[in-house]
Amino acid sequence: MPLLEIFRLTHRFAGLCAVSDFNFSIEPHELVGVIGPNGAGKTTVFNLITGVYKASEGSIKLNDRELVGLTPHQITRSGIARTFQNIRIFKELSVLDNVRIAHYGQIAYTPAEALLHIGRFRAEEKRITNLSLDLLAIFKLDDSANEKAKNLPYGLQRRLEIARALATRPALLLLDEPAAGMNPNEIIQLMEFIRWIRQTFSVTIILIEHQMRLVMGICERLVVLDFGATIAAGLPSEIQKNPKVMEAYLGVEVAS
Amino acid sequence: MTKLSAAYFALLKHWQTLTGYKYFWPVFLIAGLAFCAAASASEFLDLYLQLILIYVGINIILTVSLNLINGYMGEFSVGHAGFMAVGAYVASLLTVHVFPPGAVNILFPLAILAGGVGAALIGFLVAIPSFKTRGDYLAIVTLAFCMIVKSVLENIDAVGGPRGLLGMEKLTTLPWVFFWTVLSVWVIRNLVYSNFGRGVLSIREDEIASDLMSVNTRQVKIIAFVVSSFFAGIAGGLFAHALQFINPRMFDILKSTDILIMVYLGGIASISGSIIGAVIYTILLEILRPLGIWRMVLMPLMLVLLMIYRPRGIMGLREARLFIPLRDLVTEKLWRQKKKEAPDASA
Amino acid sequence: MTEQRKTFNHSMVYVFQQALNALQLGSIYALIALGYTMVYGILTMINFAHGDLFMIGAFFCFLIAFYLKLSFVPTLLLSMLGVACLGVIIERLAYKPLRKAPRVSAIITALGVGLFLENFTLALSPYPKHIPPLLENTTWTVGSLSLSSLQIIVIVLSLVLMLILDFIVQRTKAGMAMRAISWDKTIVPLMGVPVNKIISLTFAIGTGLGGAAGMMYALAYPVIDPYMGIMVGWKAFISAVVGGIGNIRGAMIGGFILGAVEIMVAAFFPSTYRDFVAFTLLLILLIVRPYGILGKPQPQKV
Repeated sequence: MPLLEIFRLTHRFAGLCAVSDFNFSIEPHELVGVIGPNGAGKTTVFNLITGVYKASEGSIKLNDRELVGLTPHQITRSGIARTFQNIRIFKELSVLDNVRIAHYGQIAYTPAEALLHIGRFRAEEKRITNLSLDLLAIFKLDDSANEKAKNLPYGLQRRLEIARALATRPALLLLDEPAAGMNPNEIIQLMEFIRWIRQTFSVTIILIEHQMRLVMGICERLVVLDFGATIAAGLPSEIQKNPKVMEAYLGVEVAS
Repeated sequence: MTKLSAAYFALLKHWQTLTGYKYFWPVFLIAGLAFCAAASASEFLDLYLQLILIYVGINIILTVSLNLINGYMGEFSVGHAGFMAVGAYVASLLTVHVFPPGAVNILFPLAILAGGVGAALIGFLVAIPSFKTRGDYLAIVTLAFCMIVKSVLENIDAVGGPRGLLGMEKLTTLPWVFFWTVLSVWVIRNLVYSNFGRGVLSIREDEIASDLMSVNTRQVKIIAFVVSSFFAGIAGGLFAHALQFINPRMFDILKSTDILIMVYLGGIASISGSIIGAVIYTILLEILRPLGIWRMVLMPLMLVLLMIYRPRGIMGLREARLFIPLRDLVTEKLWRQKKKEAPDASA
Repeated sequence: MTEQRKTFNHSMVYVFQQALNALQLGSIYALIALGYTMVYGILTMINFAHGDLFMIGAFFCFLIAFYLKLSFVPTLLLSMLGVACLGVIIERLAYKPLRKAPRVSAIITALGVGLFLENFTLALSPYPKHIPPLLENTTWTVGSLSLSSLQIIVIVLSLVLMLILDFIVQRTKAGMAMRAISWDKTIVPLMGVPVNKIISLTFAIGTGLGGAAGMMYALAYPVIDPYMGIMVGWKAFISAVVGGIGNIRGAMIGGFILGAVEIMVAAFFPSTYRDFVAFTLLLILLIVRPYGILGKPQPQKV
């Protein structure tokens, strides 16, 4: 059974069709890349899946549960986490707090217990803090746990964003251009890193990326979007040779 | 369990005794309460000084509670005086008209509490537009709310209309103010250092990202507004029974401006800052009283200079260690230690 | 004429009379709202001292009319000029150092400046003051309708000022620069637009209009006191928000709407309900259209 199933998803902004009739499904533990030229609607698809935008038509099902109409935090709690194209960590907060916030859906105390520091509060805070510290240790961020997030170097901010997403305990992780601003060397490290995340946290991953080297290197399957519609799907090797894809990227008639 | 969390537990155990912090709060609370009780019983402090201390306490409550919305959540509420008005009127109506005259003394905390609850209910209503409206538009909503409260009070003859309400006994004593001030500071500190409080902070930083990180932003906003307005209502009740006279004009936009100034003087997102801001502002106004009207010229001038040279206020975004809960201090301590051992570990 | 016809005429006259009142109040609100909205558009900052600059406008008018005994037009021009200078000075001294600071610091500074202006004016001399009449207020009676020349002057003058402003913003080079800065704050300075000069100009025009509004208010309601700017200022700010803050035409529309609403409420309800109804309507409007009438919602970029 597929983990995520998207059926005839359509989204319009004031008449403009950003995503049209998009179908997609992903099996547990797969790693799928979504590519396409700028403005093809890739990030819009992520925004639709995570509930930032409400789909005009179509359905999105996670483990057979309909997601369209749920709020972003409900969707996150049902098991989807994401990162952002432009890093959106909580800049003025500490690295530790960034991760602790992402446990919001898992805390067992009520607001009253929090206000009066009674009942489950202390135990839960200890548990969340430890989980967060452990997670930071896994990501080698524990040395900066009390640093303000904005003081981290760019690469570590990206890493923190992924750690924060994983703190929500997702089954499905959406990475929006994780290689943005990286040099070829760092991209190779990132490839290892993404594989390692998939193993360690046993998550399914969908990846939006421009860097062909990265996508071709780690994705098991690719979906190519242009003007909000799927123009090709298949193995990376097939996509590479697909004339339609070349046309979309280069804008010239390559097909013979 | 990693090494780190093992070390964390070990430190947590001994931290309290290692530092003097363990004794500060109990000593402060007992000494403070004793001082207040003695002052109000034997009057070794003259009534004028007592009244100033009472205002300091009330202003601390107002400032800390407004900081929750304006500092921690990053919104710009200008309607705090409106919540204060609701609390003041509810509490005063109870003590003047409802409670039996003989038992007013004993039932006074109940009246204050009811004022807080009344204000909290209104705060709940104001939280609803905040789901969709943000920034300047939410500021207008809170302003409109404050004006509506004032206008409604002016049009109800049963509460005295524009003339106001009097007949309250002087029930606000120094020990009571001390109690409510400590309670409000403690509760708001507890909230800020819980996951709900971190949710409040994350809304300030990036609301969409916060929602996507599983924070129920609506729930967080309701909690913030309800708690903040609850304590504004408490402060209102105390204020009414200190002054023994209230009218709608006391809770207009100028009162809100006063509270705003104390918040930003002390610094956003800082409980210690709010306390410092409230104390400095209240006491400075009293010290400068001999200047007459010119003190009201001097104060805003000082505020402008402070904002230019220290735009984040005295303690903006920083917190005195006394207000940080133990477990957060310990993680910080641990981090500093590790940094010292391996200074280039994070590089 | 039948009896019915008479009452109809009578009520028509009443409606027309109230409409004139609404136009008068609305044009004053609109003039002040323009100052809020222009500054907001260019600096995304709410200049909460603006209501007090309006009061200073009325105060200058009093000083000039009382001590210099000038006639109407020079008084108006001098008041506007004085307030505009004050506005530019305030911007340079108090707001400019805060351009890179958190937005809220600038707002609090503006509140501080406003309090300073109020209390400084209060400290100078006792209040309230009565403005000497600058204009012969003649009242024409057309049928049963009475027109006061003052009312007509306030309305016409405000409309003329607004037209001039609209021309400046839409048709001149400086106006284009203003619009460009409010459109994009990072790129425009790189294009060689003298940002500081344009900001000063915006403050001068915005506060100058506020000063003119202060003078007209003082003519229409000839008692001034240092706190008169607070309520009028907040209401003008609300007008700006109702129209969509940052939008110049929106501010004009918002001002007239608020004026109309207030006069209408005062006509049908006891006058103490005026604020209540006005603010309730504002709340409803903001819930239905959270970005004002002409404002556009900020797209959420993810």
